[in-house]
Amino acid sequence: MSAAHPPAEHPHTSTGLDNAKLAMWAFLGSECLFFGSFISTYLLYRNVTGDGPTSADLYDIPYTSISSFVLLMSSLTMVLALSSVQNGDRRAMRIWLMATAFLGLTFIGGQVFEFTTFVEEGLTLSTSAFGSSFFVLTGFHGAHVTIGILMLLGLTVMSSFGRLGPDDSRPVELVGLYWHFVDIVWIVIFTVIYLIPSG
Amino acid sequence: MATAVAPQQGGLFARPTAKTGWWSWMTTVDHKKIGILYGVTAFFFFIVGGVEALLIRSQLATPNGEVLSPAVYNQLFTMHGLTMIFFVVMPMGTALMNFLLPLMIGARDVAFPRLNAFSYWVFLSAGLFMYSAFLLGGAPDGGWFGYAPLSLDPVTDGMTYYSLGLQIAGIASLAGAINFIVTIINMRAPGMTLMRMPVFVWMTLITSFLLLFAVPVIGVALWELMFDRLFGANFFDPAAGADPLLWQHLFWLFGHPEVYIMILPAMGIVSEVLPAFSRKPLFGYPAIVFSGAAIAFMGWGVWAHHMFAAGLGPVANSAFALSTMFIAVPTGVKIFNWIGTIWGGSVRLTTPFLFSAGFVSMFIIGGLSGVTHSIVPHDAQQTDTYYVVGHLHYVLFGGSIFGLFSGIYYWWPKVFGRLLSEKIGKFHFLLMLVGFNLTFMPFHILGLLGMPRRQYYFPANRGFEVWNLLASIGAFTIAVSILVFLYNVAVSRKKGEAAGADPWDARTLEWMTTSPPPEHNFDAIPVVRHRDDFWYRKYITTPEGESARVFAGGAASDEEQHSSEAASDEPPSSSAEGASDREPNTAGAAPPESSSEERPHAGASAEEQGHGIHLPSPSYFPLLTAAGMPVIGYGFIYSPILLAAGAVMLLVGAFGWVLEPPAEEA
Repeated sequence: MSAAHPPAEHPHTSTGLDNAKLAMWAFLGSECLFFGSFISTYLLYRNVTGDGPTSADLYDIPYTSISSFVLLMSSLTMVLALSSVQNGDRRAMRIWLMATAFLGLTFIGGQVFEFTTFVEEGLTLSTSAFGSSFFVLTGFHGAHVTIGILMLLGLTVMSSFGRLGPDDSRPVELVGLYWHFVDIVWIVIFTVIYLIPSG
Repeated sequence: MATAVAPQQGGLFARPTAKTGWWSWMTTVDHKKIGILYGVTAFFFFIVGGVEALLIRSQLATPNGEVLSPAVYNQLFTMHGLTMIFFVVMPMGTALMNFLLPLMIGARDVAFPRLNAFSYWVFLSAGLFMYSAFLLGGAPDGGWFGYAPLSLDPVTDGMTYYSLGLQIAGIASLAGAINFIVTIINMRAPGMTLMRMPVFVWMTLITSFLLLFAVPVIGVALWELMFDRLFGANFFDPAAGADPLLWQHLFWLFGHPEVYIMILPAMGIVSEVLPAFSRKPLFGYPAIVFSGAAIAFMGWGVWAHHMFAAGLGPVANSAFALSTMFIAVPTGVKIFNWIGTIWGGSVRLTTPFLFSAGFVSMFIIGGLSGVTHSIVPHDAQQTDTYYVVGHLHYVLFGGSIFGLFSGIYYWWPKVFGRLLSEKIGKFHFLLMLVGFNLTFMPFHILGLLGMPRRQYYFPANRGFEVWNLLASIGAFTIAVSILVFLYNVAVSRKKGEAAGADPWDARTLEWMTTSPPPEHNFDAIPVVRHRDDFWYRKYITTPEGESARVFAGGAASDEEQHSSEAASDEPPSSSAEGASDREPNTAGAAPPESSSEERPHAGASAEEQGHGIHLPSPSYFPLLTAAGMPVIGYGFIYSPILLAAGAVMLLVGAFGWVLEPPAEEA
């Protein structure tokens, strides 16, 4: 611990990290393998399009870039929410939490629109192995964002129950870790799926 | 439903308070009770999986057997494998981990007691969900590895149950792994450094990391299988251009670490039992620990040896053949450690020792036949024959099950306070050892003779008869040995000898507390100064290098040269250590060592202190949340209404979990 402390009689038997935070990091480590496996599946199948449309026919990179930008900005509002609760400004925290949830919801809306467009252009889950791997990978990412939104709303509810404050900011921090992770995964997915051309 | 039980605390989310009765087991968050629940449930599934094995062996006792129809046979061998792996060996290890881990590292409980209860209930729901398929049109029938596209066969819903049931079981494993990792990393007693931890704790840590990274991989494979089966996706259908190797790669990338997930806890048990009964420290502790870690790392680079017959090409085959040979090295290191531990010791041939010795010897046979599989041409010859079945039973039965029984006999007195009969126990061991070898040794010969596995019958006049008959006799011998064990349990429950705190004169912290341990584990959190700390509290080394008993008993008194001021006088103020998973100030925030000096010395007796220890209250929500999972599973198969109902249970459970009052108000 601190240098002022007399030489410790016992060596450290704890990391000094908060238990719940350590658990969240472990869980996110596990999630890396989860998305990694889906991304591998996609890479295996990205050219297996059969008679269906290919990625070049479908992807609208400017559109997806904008929705990606929206999602990345939600990480900024998440940071502001945590900073507000740590400074004791619960009203600002609620505003930033809602802003984060709103940006996440915008991203999900964009994904729903994108999926609808792709289905109209002839790519469904059953069209080809490419279709299956695209929809399931991005769908699971969308599901993660949705769970994140539910947790953000849960935080807002907790706050109205009188919870969360400068001494009780850990739940916000944990949800923040999860939210940033989901954003980072999207950077990988966006790069691997949309930006690297197939062919 | 449950909220009305404890009205005195008021509120929608009042926590249950029952300490006894079945309701207390439903809501418990005590790691010891959860450990017992895990153990009893796993043993129940062990009986079920064993009955399946007996049916299989009845069918195969004679040529052209007619006991089972082919369809039923397929379901039985699939469910036998799934049961023994996911609902017996893994949870039986988890049972011991749950009960022992906090005791061994000197903690009050695991890091997240409610998450721990959640893991158990999810595991139970997964098992019941999977078995309900028998009643709902047919159990999984595509082998425990569920090779796609074979598992896409739409005749029954069996493999859909497989994809969902294993997914649910995986959630239980994942939650348990995270819980154990945090507990071990953050909640060790003062002085319990990593390299002073019992090897069983080390193996728990390594196993948990393997689970953490292996479960999501099979999770993805199972999701893809489910999307193929239910929603017409094309992950595995070769007709749509999909690659049938994808399933094999994903499955075995999980499947091989899974092998070590099953064997490492048993290795940890053996590493506790052998030193205790050889009256020597474990030979080469660091080598055992690091070879365990090396096995876990290398375990990620050998999966394709399950696929040598799949046509990966000579380069991939050679690479995986080499890595498979290399992984035998750290495994061999452990064998020599165990032999070195016994060598020159004052060996006491107790039942736990015998099972551990059985583990080591049977595992050597299984390990050697495993090395033969690393030779690609040999493996190509043996793939899908009984030789492989023989090998895997030597490592999973001869290895894991023998190791687990060793642990059961060793820790039984700690868990229930009464000893099991040594006489009956030794008979059990002898019968099981004979029955085991009688069953599985012939499998090697059958495999070399060319008998394929997963066939519901074998033809006459191929030289298979006598070996199959021997194997069937052996299987029933094993069954008798299990009955002997159950008889032993019954005798012990009725009139077993009281165990006392330390019946084996053992070395690790769990033997310092009473048997069975009190709810708060230790009246005072012990301060650890040595590896095998409890031994050094009981014995001193004389100038001649001999061990001599310290007369004061468990706690070293001040006169002894080993004495340590507050060894057993630590006040229980450290009890707050992370006992509740919603306390902001858990162990991490206040490491025990930083405050141990300032703690006041308590003069009161330890018993009195025990009552002031704050423990987390029971909770309904782990059970409710877990019960939502199989409902969602049925929803995927049968109806969106069930899906919604399950989702609501999950959400209500999760919100109740977060919003129920903290434990200290109870």
